Amino acid sequence: MLNPKDRIFTNLYGQDDWGLEGAKRRGIWDNTKALLEKGRDTIITEIKDSGLRGRGGAGFSAGMKWSFMPKEVKDRPHYLVVNADESEPGTCKDRDILRHDPHRLLEGCLVAAFAMQAATVFIYIRGEFYNEASNVQVAIDQAYAAGLIGKNACGSGYDLDIVLHRGAGAYICGEETALMESLEGRKGQPRLKPPFPAGVGLYGCPTTINNVETIAVTPEILRRGPAWFAALGRPNNTGTKIFCISGHVNNPCNVEEEMGIPLKELIEKHAGGVRGGWDNLLAIIPGGSSVPLLPKEICDTVLMDFDSLRAVQSGLGTAGIIVMDKSTDIVAAIARLSHFYKHESCGQCTPCREGTGWMWRMMERLAVGNAEVSEIDTLLQVTKQIEGHTICALGDAAAWPIQGLMRHFRFEVERRIHDAKQKAA
Amino acid sequence: MPTLTIDDKQIEVPAGLTVIQACELAGVEIPRFCYHERLAIAGNCRMCLVEMEKAPKPIASCAMPVNEGMVIKTNTPLVKKAREGVMEFLLLNHPLDCPICDQGGECDLQDQAMAYGGDSSRSLEMRRAVPEKYMGPLIKTEMTRCIHCTRCVRFAEDVAGVEAIGAINRGENMEITTLEQAVASELSANVIDLCPVGALTSAPYAFNARPWELRKTESIDVLDAVGSNIRIDARGAEVLRVLPRLHDDINEEWLGDKARYACDGLKKQRLDKPYVRKNGKLVPASWDEALAAAAGALKAAKGTEIAALAGDLADMESVFALKTLFDRLGSPNLDCRPEGNTLSTAQGRAGYLFNTTIAGIEQADAILLIGTNPRWEAPLLNARIRKRWLKGGVKIAVIGEAFELTYPYTHLGTTPQAIKDAAAFFVGASKPMVVLGQAAFQRSDSEALVSAAQHLPVQREGWNGYNVLHTAAGRVGALDIGFVPGAGGAATREILAKAAAGAMKVVYLLGADEMDTAKLKDAFVIYQGHHGDAGADVADVILPGAAYTEKDATYVNTEGRAQRALMAVPPPGEAKEDWKIIRALSGLVGSALPFDTAEQLRTQLPLVGALDTVTPAAPFTPLLHAAALSDTPFVYPIQNYYRTDVISRVSKTMAECTKAVLPSLQPKAA
Repeated sequence: MLNPKDRIFTNLYGQDDWGLEGAKRRGIWDNTKALLEKGRDTIITEIKDSGLRGRGGAGFSAGMKWSFMPKEVKDRPHYLVVNADESEPGTCKDRDILRHDPHRLLEGCLVAAFAMQAATVFIYIRGEFYNEASNVQVAIDQAYAAGLIGKNACGSGYDLDIVLHRGAGAYICGEETALMESLEGRKGQPRLKPPFPAGVGLYGCPTTINNVETIAVTPEILRRGPAWFAALGRPNNTGTKIFCISGHVNNPCNVEEEMGIPLKELIEKHAGGVRGGWDNLLAIIPGGSSVPLLPKEICDTVLMDFDSLRAVQSGLGTAGIIVMDKSTDIVAAIARLSHFYKHESCGQCTPCREGTGWMWRMMERLAVGNAEVSEIDTLLQVTKQIEGHTICALGDAAAWPIQGLMRHFRFEVERRIHDAKQKAA
Repeated sequence: MPTLTIDDKQIEVPAGLTVIQACELAGVEIPRFCYHERLAIAGNCRMCLVEMEKAPKPIASCAMPVNEGMVIKTNTPLVKKAREGVMEFLLLNHPLDCPICDQGGECDLQDQAMAYGGDSSRSLEMRRAVPEKYMGPLIKTEMTRCIHCTRCVRFAEDVAGVEAIGAINRGENMEITTLEQAVASELSANVIDLCPVGALTSAPYAFNARPWELRKTESIDVLDAVGSNIRIDARGAEVLRVLPRLHDDINEEWLGDKARYACDGLKKQRLDKPYVRKNGKLVPASWDEALAAAAGALKAAKGTEIAALAGDLADMESVFALKTLFDRLGSPNLDCRPEGNTLSTAQGRAGYLFNTTIAGIEQADAILLIGTNPRWEAPLLNARIRKRWLKGGVKIAVIGEAFELTYPYTHLGTTPQAIKDAAAFFVGASKPMVVLGQAAFQRSDSEALVSAAQHLPVQREGWNGYNVLHTAAGRVGALDIGFVPGAGGAATREILAKAAAGAMKVVYLLGADEMDTAKLKDAFVIYQGHHGDAGADVADVILPGAAYTEKDATYVNTEGRAQRALMAVPPPGEAKEDWKIIRALSGLVGSALPFDTAEQLRTQLPLVGALDTVTPAAPFTPLLHAAALSDTPFVYPIQNYYRTDVISRVSKTMAECTKAVLPSLQPKAA
């Protein structure tokens, strides 16, 4: 269990003042100038050494991503974009950072922007996050007024502007290139890669996009040193992470924990256990709606980090843990997720546009057994036809929950078909 | 030059290509829907997926730039499966209405479904239906068939330069739409060709024919002076549609809406038999009667009392024949220019050609448009300027009425006065261009302003940046022939004035309608042409000729490029090819022209260079004319893009466009 002194998000629950005063009390903006004085290369090296992996879902090394930016600002400015379009079902970690600890994000923005020589940071916040956007804007204003950002930020001689932009509530705008399109004022549709954003990003300029949590933890890593962060968790899965536990638990919550904590321990210790006891557990989606679910047998032992979950054919994703007990209609639950992806597909590329609707309609029929057993294989083939064939990862995200369902609960789907047939006969 | 391996074959390709282009060079065909080599890359149809070594997933070959040492595989089971998968998705919601779809027979989806489609659908779900949308009088929509390739969106945005087509909604509810407005572009109908399925089809051609029933003739458009390459599709004696043909140096593969859709005007108001005026009324006559009447009139008058005017659509063969005839009759009164036009052949061809060539626009770095609205006078040339602008590194300025040209420009003024200070605009330019429209030649102060324009520093070593933009397809050819007043001869204006005064006894109109023909009332008018328009109104003899789709004829475009139009259908009724009429007439006036076949005639044509080539014209010394520049604003010759000549004026489709689209194309400040 995470030692309280190792906790980064010390106001995750909003018990303290989220404004500048409270932030300073919690050590934010404490001699940020000294962090910048480490120099760009040192900052990037330390982030690399800390082993910090992106917290937005894909888990790519943050330091590595930063190092892809051009070393010098040439004819085009550099941009840092913070992805605060948190829309993944089951995930609510960024929201608590935005509303309860916005200064931690802003300080991270300064450090990261300085390391990548971005003169402007855009925070793209989900449209539904009204209060959160309000708090972040107040925090930005406070930071400007206190000279922490703006001209000569924190007395470092570095100029930084932070712009908050509210989205309009499309899930796809959380995909980094769709986010840039949306930010530029166009229809939120992912771009083709290559070119990658570090070369041609926002307004055609070198751009790095990071998740809120990724950016927010960086000042603390620099303050306490990469070794401290790397010592937490397991190799290649270091540091702490905010887990969002929802669903059939006694005490749904957000909690910051060490990476690699056993899933069972996480739920029992922080969420008051599964409703009706651990044995009443049916399945858990461990990383937001996009990742395949895990049945109880795997949940018993699995560790919560990128590599462990990948080893059981799921993923850490955003660490949005959706717990489902035995009262859950698991097929209907996944069908509901299919509807979500059908609804949120941007419509740009063929497999996702056409396939998500098809999958959802099949899932709806499977949920009530109105299908043939052979359709399960058809459905699985369709998921394979989508997965890996689309411009962005939404296609994969739509396919995986169904694949997870069929991997672990195919018997349940087949049973329903047989039952329905018998009833009809 | 990176070297890559495509299906175990090594190939070296130019840098900057994408994998799909490299595959094409290697002779490997990649199926595609959204990719189009002249449009921005979208990568959304996913049909072109191929396998790339070291890539975990199949890649979209249209969007992946080539790299040294790339290993591409296009014939693996994985690629085949990916394509079949995408095809299945495309057909999932595509209606099975091929039998009633106009795209049938020339449908990319149909063709590729033969290769990659299944024999039956695995889907048990309902298909999507999308309400029909309004996109103007030219584009018929059936959006249920749309596969969302966004070619039309990209064309409108990039090539046409109008943000008129877009997508709304998400996912399977995504719809291509213009928000129920006509596409406000003179290039709108190109989206019909681009649409790989039957979502956007041709409204005027709807349910007319199947492509395999059509006789296809490769020809040249004459409704502006660009000389767009076209394909005329005909069935029987009827032209059913006109499509663009690829020509990188002229129209690329686009076509203006007028060139494409004025063809229904070929069936209206036709002069399909000879007429002779008797007792003030035109009555049908036999060829013998009509030719005898014309010959009689010509013979009765002195050489100085007869005149000939060549119209906008006159082909080189007939103009040459007519000039030869009038030379023999001793008449110097020839003109191929509209009333008051001062275009001159005195400076050689460079004085009246578009010297940089159309493709040359892409090299220019400073473009000054004087007295021209290229968007209406030559839409495809305007598209080329826009293409140049999109590439960046060019400045554009306009002298004349400000107009929405689909690219930003500096407006230097509306009157010729602005030319005085225009030299500053070219400072620092290495390939400067000035384009003079016909509005510049059609004024009382034309000589002064043309002289001023010729003194702009645009002639460089190996680069003549002086350009005249013509609006009539026949003009350059006629100027090449020298169909202008000879020594002591009268120009159009004087011919009309003399005719009105009774001094010009016989006037021969070779398809010449664009003038005040009322002045010809007292003269004996021989009208040779194909449409009953202003010229035929005042005619005493009508000799029915052939339209451009009905004869083999040579036209020289504004660049000085000679091209041959080919006969797609026979002339209607008793109408004949134009040069043959003049040849027949010459016999009757007792001076038979020295050619009996088109081939014999063509050996005598003063063509500069071979067909479809541009021979750079020798640089000229700028005119010296010191008169002051006037402050009268320029008036563009074309006030309605859709109705500019005898064919488009009687076209029903063009009338519909005038009503639906023209209001949104009206001049407005840039």
